[in-house]
Amino acid sequence: MNILVCVSAVPDTTTKITFVDNNTKFNSEGVQFIINPYDELALTKALELTEAQGGEVVVVTVGEATTEPIIRKALAIGAHKAIRVNTKAMDGMHVAKAIASAIEGQSFDLVMTGRESIDYNGGQVAGLLSELLGFGLINVVTEISVDGNSIVATRDIDGGRETVSCPMPCVVSAQKDLCEPRIPNMRGIMQARSKPMEVVEYDQEYNDVTYESYELPAAKGGVKLIDASNAEELIDLLRTEKKLF
Amino acid sequence: MVVVFAERDGDQVKKSSLEAMAFGQDLAQNTSSTCVGVVIGGEVKTDLGKHGANKVVVVTGEALSTFTPEGYSAALHMACKHVGASTVVIPSTYSGKSIAPKLAVKLNASLTTGLVELPDTDGGFTVKKSCFSNKAFTKVSVNNSNKVLGLIPNSYEAKPYSLTAETETLNFEGSVQTKSLEIDKVQGKIPLTEAELVVSAGRGMKGPENWTQIEELAEILGAATACSKPVADMDWRPHNEHVGQTGITIKPNLYMAIGISGAIQHLAGVSSSKVICVINTDPEAPFFKVADYGIVGDAFEVLPKLIARARQLKAN
Repeated sequence: MNILVCVSAVPDTTTKITFVDNNTKFNSEGVQFIINPYDELALTKALELTEAQGGEVVVVTVGEATTEPIIRKALAIGAHKAIRVNTKAMDGMHVAKAIASAIEGQSFDLVMTGRESIDYNGGQVAGLLSELLGFGLINVVTEISVDGNSIVATRDIDGGRETVSCPMPCVVSAQKDLCEPRIPNMRGIMQARSKPMEVVEYDQEYNDVTYESYELPAAKGGVKLIDASNAEELIDLLRTEKKLF
Repeated sequence: MVVVFAERDGDQVKKSSLEAMAFGQDLAQNTSSTCVGVVIGGEVKTDLGKHGANKVVVVTGEALSTFTPEGYSAALHMACKHVGASTVVIPSTYSGKSIAPKLAVKLNASLTTGLVELPDTDGGFTVKKSCFSNKAFTKVSVNNSNKVLGLIPNSYEAKPYSLTAETETLNFEGSVQTKSLEIDKVQGKIPLTEAELVVSAGRGMKGPENWTQIEELAEILGAATACSKPVADMDWRPHNEHVGQTGITIKPNLYMAIGISGAIQHLAGVSSSKVICVINTDPEAPFFKVADYGIVGDAFEVLPKLIARARQLKAN
């Protein structure tokens, strides 16, 4: 089976978020970009599936040349080849359309993404791709297996889990618990240098959204400390001041 | 026309959808439009007119007996076409997040999700959405005349309206290929994603055997339980309780953090909670900086007092 894994470059989870140009741009200076953690799970699981079933894993990223280090890392983890769609990603819809265009004419049995990226948190690309490609969709998946021509997967639902079966080709988005992310070894890192990375242009005009400004959450008014010996007061305050119960 | 996806839970509409209903009605009023609630898969007892709908469309069909992204998005699309929707509001629940993107493609619409307040429709259409896992917000102008909007639960207040909403029923004849094989819901516990009150604990609890006190407090308060990443990684607690940047992002009315220091990744997942209480032995714990109430103290001394007081209040 051939699997396409969509990965995106996101600021490291420890990044302190700041903005520049009068709060109109994210300040990427000094920021370490990593493979979106959920995409890393999708990639690892895709490798496990192809190791068991045969086939190839192709990673695709939508972004400018600055995203290449994370693509090389994906190749070092084990992806067989990579596609970079050379355009500045605008939002989920833009990314999904760029990916759909870049893979036109290629055939995949399974498309995997992370359940969301940790920068814009849209969780949109899996659903958008499923619709653009006419594939089935299983979102936020913690277990996955191949059953004949179908994917059987367990997905998170409010207050529980649901196991569903969906014929291939389909799109699956990875949730924590799916697997442990694989760390690239020295051999993988060496091999990644010679693995193919295709750069595909995408210059379709896209005007759906304009980012006007960014802001940080309002600062809290300061903590009201309660003495540990009088801890009961916390419950009283939550009831009387905040009317929570 | 503004359409709101009103998600069912049996014969009731979910709270997050009632919030979306109010959001949809207020948006419709600001844009001289009307608001239609769309219920999929069966009728509901909830009177949506009292929650902001001018009209209700119920879509039924064999293929809609269980939720599937393909079936529900196609049924919602059918309702949108039927009423002539230009803006569709979908609560960002698990189901909502699965159908919003598919609907956006079907409608040739833009898709903006993570909304936390009513769009500014004065001369344009600007939404405020959460980004960087709650570490920031961004304002985005939406330039497409067809829009699908995703609303974060517990961001907009559900409120009473005195509208009379007539119900129209549509029959969906499509079929779906996705099959639900098994649904496994934890019985008798409040789902973390829907909880208004959350009691959460971290490594400060010293071991999984000490969670009985966390569960006891949560049960008395009617709260869901949650945990920090290290605790989930050590298998003290299940992964679906892990809140934070790489776990679940929540926005409850109360988040009580016990024995959690407040790493930046953890704060990202919970910092938009309305009231935050922190109990920690370390007065320098970063969590205190974003807390409303704090107790510097040992969880094992503080918890019995909280439990006793909560039990006493609930008994009255």
